[in-house]
Amino acid sequence: MDKYWHSVRLERESCQGCTNCLKSCPTQAIRVQGKKAKVLKDRCIDCGECIRKCPYHAKKAYTSSLSELEKFKYNVALIAPAFYGQFSKAESIDEILTAVLKLGFDDVFEVAAGAQAVSKKTKELLDSGELLKPTISSACPAVMKLIAIMFPGLIGNIIPLKSPMEISAAEARRLATEKTGLKPSEIGIFFISPCAAKMTAVYDDAENGHTEVDGVLSIKDVVLVMAQHGFGKVEEIKPLSSAGRSGVLWATTGGEAESSGAKKHIAVSGIQNVIKVLADIDDDKLSDIEFVEVLACDGGCVGGPLVMENPFVASSRIKRLCHVENDDVDLISKDAELFWDRPIIYRPVMNLDSDRMEAMKKAIRLEALYEQFPKLDCGSCGSPTCRALAEDIVRGYAVETDCVFLLRERVRELTRQMVELEGKEHRPDSDPEE
Amino acid sequence: MDALMKYHYVVDGSDFTRAGETSSSVKKILRSMGFSPETIRRVAIAMYEGEINMVIHANGGTIDAYIDPDKITIVMADTGPGIKDISLAMQEGYSTATSRIRELGFGAGMGIPNMKKYSDEMDIDTKIGVGTTLTLTFYPDNE
Repeated sequence: MDKYWHSVRLERESCQGCTNCLKSCPTQAIRVQGKKAKVLKDRCIDCGECIRKCPYHAKKAYTSSLSELEKFKYNVALIAPAFYGQFSKAESIDEILTAVLKLGFDDVFEVAAGAQAVSKKTKELLDSGELLKPTISSACPAVMKLIAIMFPGLIGNIIPLKSPMEISAAEARRLATEKTGLKPSEIGIFFISPCAAKMTAVYDDAENGHTEVDGVLSIKDVVLVMAQHGFGKVEEIKPLSSAGRSGVLWATTGGEAESSGAKKHIAVSGIQNVIKVLADIDDDKLSDIEFVEVLACDGGCVGGPLVMENPFVASSRIKRLCHVENDDVDLISKDAELFWDRPIIYRPVMNLDSDRMEAMKKAIRLEALYEQFPKLDCGSCGSPTCRALAEDIVRGYAVETDCVFLLRERVRELTRQMVELEGKEHRPDSDPEE
Repeated sequence: MDALMKYHYVVDGSDFTRAGETSSSVKKILRSMGFSPETIRRVAIAMYEGEINMVIHANGGTIDAYIDPDKITIVMADTGPGIKDISLAMQEGYSTATSRIRELGFGAGMGIPNMKKYSDEMDIDTKIGVGTTLTLTFYPDNE
């Protein structure tokens, strides 16, 4: 298994070696070397910021393809609630779900149903008083990875529940097995996703046998296929939807926080905002808040890097389409496992060295190097900031003259020395014979 | 003070929103050196309380961080009014902050008690009208 497998990848031919992505990366995981960007795999959290920023579309998210449905006898599409906001003409969620069946799926299952179950459990756990406050949502996989590398002190504040996707997948498989009599392994569960981080999460968990999801399709790929084949036109709408507002509104910022029932909640979206708020929690500044919803994408999942529609429009549509009833109905069976089976573990990738004494020696060198850089954070060297360059040199990835300003100074100094040498008078010819 | 690594910071007393900048810089440095999340959190919270105190009571000051593999010392010095009664200041909930500061949610009287709680050793050197120097010591492996 690739310990650092990522959905977010670079298409080398398209990369122009510009520095647009360098600055957008929240974990400083990108370098430009040899005129091509490079992702430091241990730091990448699959947030997809670079996919949004790249003007040459060189950053891509690897996802599954619809042809993978052939591997299974019966296929269920697991629909992220953000999907409902992608269609301008749809009048109901039922209409959208019925159209999805035309892609070759035998059934659909709403992730909003799982979200509703998580909301109910969250409420219960918050009321029990057993959770550390402020309690942090566990829903966004990119934020979970961010906490694992940058905010290890907050791991204990994360609510220990599985994601709505996983809970829904398990339920969908159970229902399909009951309905068809097939073996669980003969059933394919495909998540239609707004983000790359879900793809990575599924890959990571598949290696440990902890996922019920067999494949992840991107919303924009699915919408494109639907548009190409005219699947939008549905003759007979089937009553497939059942999730209530408390689940469906998870697609947009504030939905999960509202459904948590916590009076003092905050909803934070956008990775830079998330970093600021997590730093505040880490400093004990938000001790009066009960629940924190944290989503890596601006506007929530509707703002994911793999969606079609702009998040503002999508969010407005979803609010209009979703039911108000059904919030108290249990859509997930009572004995389903909601608690996570794989806790988040600190990954100390920001360490300069695993040995503390060595790390301190490197830190001393880092400071000395940093002092001689211009502190413009121009990115021309291929590292995102002057400090990051100093860090890269200490780690052995870069050299001082990668800094164009330092290089210019060195060239100037060399030129001065050459001119000086050139100006020196030749010794008079002397004949050793004399 | 002798230490492997020394960092010097100036805390701006005129800008409330910047309190916390120093503690987050130190946090990043400690993380790069591989100190445990628990140690980093203790240092950061205690420092943040100190920074806030400097801004509220003393119009800023200076912070020096001395880092060794087995010991972290944070010295916070200001030229503010000084602490009249140290034993009162050590009590949870006791504060001399003005009502205006309290309306902002600060001055809850937890600053010095929290610094004591999160550090392994705390030394207060204060003189009325001259200033206060707080020295916090942390032993990273003491947890």
